[in-house]
Amino acid sequence: MFELENAKITQGLRRIAIDPVSRVEGHGKVTLLLDEQNRIHQVRLHIVEFRGFEIFIKGRPYWEVPVTVQRLCGICPVSHQLAACKAMDIIIGARELTPTAEKLRRLMHYGQTVQSNAVHFYHLASPDLLLGFDSEAAQRNIIGVAMKYPDIAKQGILLRKYGQEVIHRVAGKRIHGTGAIPGGVNKALSAEERDELKKDLPQLIEWAKAGVELVQRLHEENPSFYNSFGLFDSNMMGMVREDGALDLYHGYLCAKDAKGVPIFDRLNYETYTQVLREEVKPWSYMKFPYIAELGPEKGWYKVGPLARLQTCDFIPSPLADAARKAMLSIGNGAPVHSTLAYHWARIIEVLHGLEVIQELLDDPDLLGKDLTVKGERQEEGVGVIEAPRGVLIHHYKVDEDDLVTMCNLIVSTTHNNQAMNSAIRSVAMQHLDRRIISEGLLNHIECAIRAYDPCLSCATHALGKMPLQVELLDAEGTRLSILSRNSSGEFHTSEMYA
Amino acid sequence: MSLENTFIIDGVPISFEPDQTVLQAALKADVFIPHLCFYPGLKPNGNCKLCTVIVNGRHTSACTTLARPGIEVENNTPELNDKRRLMLQMLFVEGNHFCPGCEKSGNCQLQALAYELEMMTPHFNHFFQTRKVDASHPEAFLDMNRCITCGLCAQASSEIDKKNIFALSGRGMASRVVINTPSGKLGDSNFALSDKAASVCPVGAILPKRSGFTVPIGQRIYDNLPISSQTEFLTVRKA
Repeated sequence: MFELENAKITQGLRRIAIDPVSRVEGHGKVTLLLDEQNRIHQVRLHIVEFRGFEIFIKGRPYWEVPVTVQRLCGICPVSHQLAACKAMDIIIGARELTPTAEKLRRLMHYGQTVQSNAVHFYHLASPDLLLGFDSEAAQRNIIGVAMKYPDIAKQGILLRKYGQEVIHRVAGKRIHGTGAIPGGVNKALSAEERDELKKDLPQLIEWAKAGVELVQRLHEENPSFYNSFGLFDSNMMGMVREDGALDLYHGYLCAKDAKGVPIFDRLNYETYTQVLREEVKPWSYMKFPYIAELGPEKGWYKVGPLARLQTCDFIPSPLADAARKAMLSIGNGAPVHSTLAYHWARIIEVLHGLEVIQELLDDPDLLGKDLTVKGERQEEGVGVIEAPRGVLIHHYKVDEDDLVTMCNLIVSTTHNNQAMNSAIRSVAMQHLDRRIISEGLLNHIECAIRAYDPCLSCATHALGKMPLQVELLDAEGTRLSILSRNSSGEFHTSEMYA
Repeated sequence: MSLENTFIIDGVPISFEPDQTVLQAALKADVFIPHLCFYPGLKPNGNCKLCTVIVNGRHTSACTTLARPGIEVENNTPELNDKRRLMLQMLFVEGNHFCPGCEKSGNCQLQALAYELEMMTPHFNHFFQTRKVDASHPEAFLDMNRCITCGLCAQASSEIDKKNIFALSGRGMASRVVINTPSGKLGDSNFALSDKAASVCPVGAILPKRSGFTVPIGQRIYDNLPISSQTEFLTVRKA
């Protein structure tokens, strides 16, 4: 049982719901239980949608799966497509792809990282960081950023556009393309396409460097707030190359505890079921994964940019590695657990993604024509990738007729379930406990969730204009007041007295 | 142009050859008439009704109506296209057509016609029928979710392949493509990918296994030109 997960006594407490949480991917809600003195007794992040991909993919042919499951998400479809393809590579006996196929997949994946991290940092999170967590709600969006900091907004939009263009060249479409197929890729890259992608890269790297400097400056200007906001210690999990380098496409799973001591190291991800378990709680559709040997109370962990930049030993690109060292220095030798440092790590990954893309575009293998391989057919395959939000696991079994018989997906946001709950409980105690609740204070809760860049449903996308309604109920469930935000971002308070 | 072997379609005279239908003559003359169940070389059967035109004031299927000198055919009119769109919408809701995850996307005649006729929504409630998937054959895959019961597979199997593997069973709403084996499984038949029946399906109901999505976006049949601009392709496909 975690502190603030279950109130000891709910009688007499009032309930506040942030429903839906905005400027995140998908739909979720937060509920808080408070007493008459506004003391916080319970805080929960609920995932309120049920998707069912694992069920309806059963009985479908395996070659259809990568294209179908990428529809889980509109922001990181490439990650789902590639994780599924990596599993299907094993199914068709194609453990070793051709150099061209693997590099084209990597190109697409790092393009995905650039575009997804950019849209998250600039479009969704920067309004809070640049305009203030409790700034005027109607202005607290990318348009507000564009009005006050037009250069930053423009750079963010163009960074995202570039990442999408990389995906377009490999997959045929910016969103939901078909580039990766079991055993390789379906299209070679032409020299013209490569040259087009190389053209603007130096400028984009400069902008990504400026983004890193921006976040570093924000931390340096207000270190006590940035370091303590939503702070909690936890284990961390990420994927690394054999030599310990960060690798977002392929590698081994590593987990470290809150102090940075390895829990498991260089684990073959196909054995993930031996180290990970999932717990179900009655109040959320999202499971709670944990490291088996530590149990659900102590074995939960966080994934994503902040976790993987600390589970790896180094970043294999010079600019991003230097930026990583600067970020880690705020921990004074200990791991960094600040919730807002996720944004710092995220923008470092944008820089890293662009450096990798530059290296790939200079690689002659990229223009090869040998695109697919196949080998001895297998019944089971696991594919793992570092999606923008963290470790993404796809696991399938396929029968002799080529139909899927089992599918298990552990998406990045699921890994972060307990971490996000811990973050909002920390924020609630830091900023809401014993205070009169306002929209600005509630946004602090949302800011903690946004730091994880959750893909709550992997289906829909809200850009800060979603209607939001907070209801204040008494112990009998009678509605006392409603704070609502309409689709134009305007707030209205309605008081209801008996 | 001799008046003896011409007719008028949407005010434009086109020539025809003896025994040609209105649809065959139109396609040959680069005039597109929407259709699904017509395939060159197979006997037209007027199943899908999408090629419905008005000949001398009467509604009829262009695929089964012989071209005759002097007839006046209405084809590309808002009224007829509205009805064709309605028929497409009914086909979409009757089956389970999930284009985003379908390997036939970009090569699918049903999808191409929906784009051509500007079908923006299914309009009707989906039936969500439970349809069979048959993956028992080592090389081919049947997905009846996408079947529109056009009957082309049954015709090709009977008329060209001489195997009679496919047949239409039942009537009206209950009609279904069935496999002519004791088990009802394709894997128990002598079906081969080289059969004509393997390549005539206008949708994604009969497909070769393990080749889905191997053609990249941009190189599929209907990626670059709408179906109405591909009359030559529609004419030269041979059964």
